[in-house]
Amino acid sequence: MTSDILKIENLFFAYHTLTGETAAISGLSFSVRRGEFLAIVGPSGCGKSTILSLIAGLLEPESGGITFCGADGKKPGIGYMLQRDQLFEWRSIWKNVTLGLEIQHKLTAPNLERVKKMLADYGLADFASKRPSELSGGMRQRAALIRTLALGPEILLLDEPFSALDYQTRLTVSADIGRIIKAEGKTALLITHDLSEAVSLADRVLVLTSRPARVKAEFPIRLTRPDDSPLSARKAPEYTDYFNQIWEELSDEKNNG
Amino acid sequence: MKKTTAETCSQAQRDFIRAHKRHHRFVRHMRAALLLLFLLLWEYCADQNLIDSFFFSSPSRVAACFLEMVQDRSLFSHIGITLLETVVSFLLVTGLSLLAATLLWHSRKLSEILEPYLVVLNSLPKSALAPLLIVWLGTGINTIITAGISVAVFGAVISLYTGFLQADPEKQMLIRTLGGNRRDIFFKAVLPASVPVILSSMKVNIGLALVGVIIGEFLAARRGLGYLIIYSSQVFQLTVLITSILILCAIAMGLYQIVQGAEHWYKKRR
Repeated sequence: MTSDILKIENLFFAYHTLTGETAAISGLSFSVRRGEFLAIVGPSGCGKSTILSLIAGLLEPESGGITFCGADGKKPGIGYMLQRDQLFEWRSIWKNVTLGLEIQHKLTAPNLERVKKMLADYGLADFASKRPSELSGGMRQRAALIRTLALGPEILLLDEPFSALDYQTRLTVSADIGRIIKAEGKTALLITHDLSEAVSLADRVLVLTSRPARVKAEFPIRLTRPDDSPLSARKAPEYTDYFNQIWEELSDEKNNG
Repeated sequence: MKKTTAETCSQAQRDFIRAHKRHHRFVRHMRAALLLLFLLLWEYCADQNLIDSFFFSSPSRVAACFLEMVQDRSLFSHIGITLLETVVSFLLVTGLSLLAATLLWHSRKLSEILEPYLVVLNSLPKSALAPLLIVWLGTGINTIITAGISVAVFGAVISLYTGFLQADPEKQMLIRTLGGNRRDIFFKAVLPASVPVILSSMKVNIGLALVGVIIGEFLAARRGLGYLIIYSSQVFQLTVLITSILILCAIAMGLYQIVQGAEHWYKKRR
């Protein structure tokens, strides 16, 4: 299908240590449509983060293929959001969000203008000259997202980006981030162990098996809801059903694993 | 966090601040009193011939000797040369250790190969090298600066390299996700995160450089406080000797304060 931005086929990856090798991923296949928000859940330690590292090119697969199809037929830009915001305390927020542009020597006027607009759109304009420690957890996470978006990636990889936040912040920040990603029209892959987060944010949820990871089940999510906010998603009539079904698949896997 | 000003804060807060200030005032006063007591006791014992002032001198003799050396200007040349040698050694140690630690960080193979040699060189008493340096480099400022470097540099390399290795791996991962290479990782994540380690290593270096310079001056100098100490001990001018040691104390403290001042300035700026 031409609308697939990313296709993963029969991927295999193992970690090697002196005491032996551990297969992290084996026979993993799935594809992601352009503009789709895909959530991946799985038992802890099943190699979820490894998948993102492989897609980002930080690791090389031992076998199998990862095919990209960007908007212009080229390899799409990939943005990666880590578990913690990793803002550098020795840089101002402005210097933090432009770090990627600085590294790639792309500090051009239009790029900086775009970053400035994002800071303004997402409520950080007044904090550009502040240090990260002066921001709340939610603002820091938004700054981290803007840093990722500054390079204009087509695909966003989100590795449990809310897991370090407390529950209340987490709800509002995940709602924020979900809204920003939709507004910017990005394709997103979210790794999470929080099922309610997966169901409320994603268009589709993949459940992985325990290590070595492959796809165990797939749930397209269609919720009847008044707006796009993840909080209204939690009130949708179908929400509980999806939650329970995914929960069953997952606990089934945990018992087998 | 809300901070209250002096006018708005509670009685308990005012009491707390007062107690805090009182404590620090007490410590300051006791420090001065201890020094004064020591000087008075020393002077008294010398005056009453309880100690032999030929060997132990006395504060008044030290003060007179100090003034005399200030007047004939000989003191300034001794202090000047020791300071110069120490500062040059310190700057070279700081530069060389940064460079070497960067190379070790860059190549894991190199660091593993060199590790045992660094450990041996670091644990060797460097004063043992001084006679060798004299034979190789002759007597003079080069030998003394090299002695200053040799005392501090190996420990500095090890502590900086260890500091570099402790930089947060997730911050390094972030640089990679933004498309950075190892150079970017080093200059944007590792080096800025290591500034506190670099500063604390500098505080150690300045003291060790002075130790090395004094050892060097003992053996290979015609000027400098180390030379003055050795010379005056040989001619039994113990007042000069003690004066030199006291000046050395002041210099060591002054140099340390300067580096510490730089550290405070850096912390405040953040």
